[in-house]
Amino acid sequence: MSFLLVDHVSKFFPGHAGGGEVCIFKDVTLQVDKGEFVTVIGHSGCGKSTLLNIIAGLETLSEGAVILSGREVSGPGLDRMVVFQNFALMPWMTVFENIALAVRSAYPDWEQAQVVAHVHKYIGLVGLKGAEDKRPIALSGGMKQRVGLARAFSIEPKVLLLDEPFAQIDALTRGVIQEELVQMWNTTRNTVFMVTHDVDEAILLSDRIMLMTNGPASRVAEIVDVTIPRPRSRDSIIEHPHYYKIRNHVIHFLVRHASHGVASAEGGQEESSKVAPLVVRF
Amino acid sequence: MKANGSGSPWIISVFILVVFLGGWHLLTLRSPFDVNGKTETQLQMLEFNGDIVRTSEGSYAWNPEKMKGVPGPLAVVEKARVELSEAFVIKGTNDHGIGYLVLYTVLRFAGGFLTASVVAVIVGVFLGLNRVLFRAFNPFIQVLKPISPLAWMPLLLYTVKDPKWTAVLVVFMAAVWPTLATTAFGVSSLKKEYLHVAAILQLSWFKRLYRVILPGAAPTIVNGLRIAFGSALVAVVPAEMLLGELGVGYLSWIEWNNLDIAGVIFAILVVGVVGVILDSGFNKLAGLVTYQE
Repeated sequence: MSFLLVDHVSKFFPGHAGGGEVCIFKDVTLQVDKGEFVTVIGHSGCGKSTLLNIIAGLETLSEGAVILSGREVSGPGLDRMVVFQNFALMPWMTVFENIALAVRSAYPDWEQAQVVAHVHKYIGLVGLKGAEDKRPIALSGGMKQRVGLARAFSIEPKVLLLDEPFAQIDALTRGVIQEELVQMWNTTRNTVFMVTHDVDEAILLSDRIMLMTNGPASRVAEIVDVTIPRPRSRDSIIEHPHYYKIRNHVIHFLVRHASHGVASAEGGQEESSKVAPLVVRF
Repeated sequence: MKANGSGSPWIISVFILVVFLGGWHLLTLRSPFDVNGKTETQLQMLEFNGDIVRTSEGSYAWNPEKMKGVPGPLAVVEKARVELSEAFVIKGTNDHGIGYLVLYTVLRFAGGFLTASVVAVIVGVFLGLNRVLFRAFNPFIQVLKPISPLAWMPLLLYTVKDPKWTAVLVVFMAAVWPTLATTAFGVSSLKKEYLHVAAILQLSWFKRLYRVILPGAAPTIVNGLRIAFGSALVAVVPAEMLLGELGVGYLSWIEWNNLDIAGVIFAILVVGVVGVILDSGFNKLAGLVTYQE
């Protein structure tokens, strides 16, 4: 059995003025192995962030189940930490306090000195030494998300959930932080579930990329194996012969599904949702 | 030429003060009493009325004890000097020094305001956390909020039967609604992500409250407290006047009853100074709990 199993999960929202329900996504099934980095790509509104929130336990699912290491997920917990798109740092706490809040919650039995050492270790890992006593207001977007990453990694969760973590960071900084994330992941080998818009980011970081069709009633249509060996870096990865094949495939998929007309022409959503996702390997 | 916005504002402030005091002094200046053109009978009548007094040189002058029109700044300063020199003297049941009067007002204000703030923040947090409760209570808050706190006074006086506590309750009534409404609003509009983080980190109910909810809503709560502070300060003066409770508001009214206009002006200035002192204390506290995003 896989480490993280999303088992035929569907999500419906109540429709406007009580007129039935709106299906966000239907029958999403995916398996993530321990230590695997899996990314979901899809257009805005396909429900990928909702899916992430369901795994995090922050939103309820309508059908199906999420199972993490043999246990059904029912609500948020320390074993599934989210890195939020808008950082979600407490603005009234310093960098140190933000991370320490998480560390103290995860390890309530620790002595103060142990907590301090642990927090400093992760502050060092994301290169924020010297910024411990700053408040989020004094940090750039990139630095804020480094704190977000440090906070998430520091509690050593079973699964890290990255919700478009670099979407609000300028393009140049984004590249640098992606590289840092690659290195952090190389040492910790956490299980990661990420949601993104950014195709290059997905290829750089992931073992597998799930492609979601457009909503409403979206589904995972394809799973792309990223057959580029690790360790990867932004420089070397574009030299690999599979890089542009994968990239073009993903972009073609996204363009194809940009309009609803094409999606429904594939033979109706009811029918297509029952078909297992196509596995693509180069 | 200096750029617009440079220069010392103090110079302008001092200039405004000098112009104001000078104008006040000149407008309230009375020309010396002129004997010419008045018959002996008229002079006797004026002296009998106490309008004029015979000076040691044998001529007549205006009676300084009997004021006419608005007193000038010098009269107010003289009044202030007398009052401040006896700031902590108790001459009778209702004649306490200005220091005591300020103290009574500050205590009355602090009692009402602090109690109201504690009650309002606690109830406000509960309402803010529960959307259904918030919507159930909101119509009542909206109706009670605009009622002048003084409108409660007869009812409060009738029920508590004690002017001392009525005055505190009037301050309470003035302060409780703005804080309650804004606290509920601040807590309910707290960014969802903060609560998500708290939920993932499995913070206990109490920790969630004092590490996340209260600090997160603090800027909004402080805004509510500021509004409550202002309306409580406005309410405390007439409450003292109407209830006859010793304090700076009472001072203003008792000086009016004494027809001592210089005393009234002095009382107005004391109310202003007390307000500034309380306000700066409040701002110091507010600065401790607010944050920038």
